[in-house]
Amino acid sequence: MEPTLEGTVRKALFVYLLRLGDDALILGHRLSEWCGHGPYLEEDIALANLALDYLGHAEALLTLAGEIEGAGRTADDLAFRRDVLEFYNVHLVELPRGDFAFTIARQFLFSVYAHLLFAALRTSRFQPLAGIAAKAHKELTYHVRHSRTWMHCLGEGTEESHYRLQRALNVLWEYTGELFEVDDTLRVLMASSIAPDMAALYPQWKIQVESVIQQATLSIPEASPYRATGGRRGHHTEHLGHLLAEMQFLPRAYPDAKW
Amino acid sequence: MLSGNAMTTAEVLNVLAEVQDPEIPVLNIVELGIVRHVHLEGDTVQVEITPTYSGCPAIQAIEEAIVRILQQQGFQQVIVRKVFQEPWTTDWMTEEARNKLRAYGIAPPPAHAATAPDLIPLPVFSSVQTLPIPCPFCNSEQTRQISAFGATACKALFFCEACRQPFEYFKAT
Repeated sequence: MEPTLEGTVRKALFVYLLRLGDDALILGHRLSEWCGHGPYLEEDIALANLALDYLGHAEALLTLAGEIEGAGRTADDLAFRRDVLEFYNVHLVELPRGDFAFTIARQFLFSVYAHLLFAALRTSRFQPLAGIAAKAHKELTYHVRHSRTWMHCLGEGTEESHYRLQRALNVLWEYTGELFEVDDTLRVLMASSIAPDMAALYPQWKIQVESVIQQATLSIPEASPYRATGGRRGHHTEHLGHLLAEMQFLPRAYPDAKW
Repeated sequence: MLSGNAMTTAEVLNVLAEVQDPEIPVLNIVELGIVRHVHLEGDTVQVEITPTYSGCPAIQAIEEAIVRILQQQGFQQVIVRKVFQEPWTTDWMTEEARNKLRAYGIAPPPAHAATAPDLIPLPVFSSVQTLPIPCPFCNSEQTRQISAFGATACKALFFCEACRQPFEYFKAT
């Protein structure tokens, strides 16, 4: 059952669902860019499958966000008719896809995070979110296995693959802190047992990620003085605008287009 | 004409059993286990369905087919709701559905997903490639996994060494 949500909780939940939905939507779009460009056919299909899962999560989460907002916006309205400053995804997912090693490193860092988060959200007091999380969690298990195996293949592969994966990890590392930020929005939902405490999930993520990095003969990147932040408040890198220009072109140019 | 529709829930389910899965046209949506609840109220019927995978692109076609077929039965208003509570599992597939899949050339998932072998993430680089998934054509267990990801989110690609046929396996979940 949907508990009755009072004003502040409802508002925080709307923003939170956009954050989760936007992460999935933007990462799904980045992955879909590999379609037709994968290193070989089976991997091309694998990346398209992962993209499809994320688009499915995005659709469910944004549909729910629209219901919570109560202004009649659908998942499509939220995906295609918001501008950059109204998106709440982390910077990690909006960075250009880079080379294959970069995509794999990002998939690994993000899917371990998402797998832990959705595992925790399965017990959210907000039932509709718990249901979506249970479904997504099953699918993310495949994602973690897929990217973890690639981490080993590339890390323990050739000198070139090892070098490229290490380079990608070094760049991406400073974007991971944003995944675990706790702000007032999250605190409202933590107090209502709707969302988990991200600060408590961080040590689990760190252990899992670092042990794979080390087993794959890679080095844990050094902490950088710079740390990406702002995505959860609508502040983004220049890359998101370019992505949206492509993703939103059709519905903006032809607002009522139908298949 | 009576006010309201005189159909029972069981009769509505029989009608819904005529809706085929667009990706696997030998299976209908009832035996696949994606129809979760039917609520009847006069001329209105509400059908709850759950997707096999979150991003299953067939779900929209299925929703439209449900609306069409129930309107033909005289329901004025057909509401299709997508629900996620209790994620779909292949355990809900009927035995008949599994047999139909096999006859269609798709290896069905085991009756209990919990007992299914884990797929190999990247078989190209793995020394272990064999999994005990029997070939739907010749029933041999001399099969190997080509890829954990196939043409749809619910299927993986396999190859049978005995009859030299590639085939699809409906992933246990």
